Amino acid sequence: MTNGLIDFVLVSVALLAIGIYGMAVKRNAIRMLFGVEMIINSANLNLVAFARFIPNSQGQTLALFSIAIAAAEVAVGLALIIVAYRMYKNIDIEDFRSLKG
Amino acid sequence: MVDAVFLALSVLTIGSAIVALEIRSLIYGSIALMITLSGVAGFFLLLDAPFVAMFQLSVYVGSVAVLILFTVMLVRRELIFNKIEDKRRRYAGIGLMLALMLGIGMIIIGSGMKAMETNSPSVDYKQIGQDFLMYYSPALIVMALVLAASVVGALTLARREDITNDQRAD
Repeated sequence: MTNGLIDFVLVSVALLAIGIYGMAVKRNAIRMLFGVEMIINSANLNLVAFARFIPNSQGQTLALFSIAIAAAEVAVGLALIIVAYRMYKNIDIEDFRSLKG
Repeated sequence: MVDAVFLALSVLTIGSAIVALEIRSLIYGSIALMITLSGVAGFFLLLDAPFVAMFQLSVYVGSVAVLILFTVMLVRRELIFNKIEDKRRRYAGIGLMLALMLGIGMIIIGSGMKAMETNSPSVDYKQIGQDFLMYYSPALIVMALVLAASVVGALTLARREDITNDQRAD
């Protein structure tokens, strides 16, 4: 392989930082979900990269589990966004006041 | 050293990740997110993990991105296009992002990971199937239950109480 482990890890760090930026700055609930997706993908990229360079197969197995759980998380998250949109007629998270508890 | 395919893939992935967060329209944003997820699938192909790459394509690009697109289309039109955010919070966020990239990047470059190269053959994907069905089979069953529970939960959350079936007929 011509690409070293460090190249993949650096791409994953960049994706993680962009995802954290999206979660910290954006007030749109769907855009925050984009940020979550990016963070999960950077974690999966790390898992598969380390599994290739060790090498063993369990990293790929764990990445597959992680992808499946992330799909479930997105389904529930979008359902929550739709419920909140129906209640507040908005997807701005600053408007979701009564969620403060 | 990296090759041209890797460079093109990383530019595509990171560029479209930034576009997904910064473009005005949420619809184009979700399409850019789709490109980011396909780019990650391309990295999996470069890492000799074709099974994970195809799983990523079918789950993320095939279902998650389409789910997000449909949710975006359910939202009112002016909410898709407006972009409200604090200027101060935004600069702080960009600073946080650059600090994270530089900080973790410096730590990783300084570590011994740079010397890590491999010439060993990649893992056969038959091995993944064996893992799933033998050692990890209880986890596989639990994962199936979690997926079913999450689908039922999403349906229950999104159900409308105020519309009954006879109203829906007319």
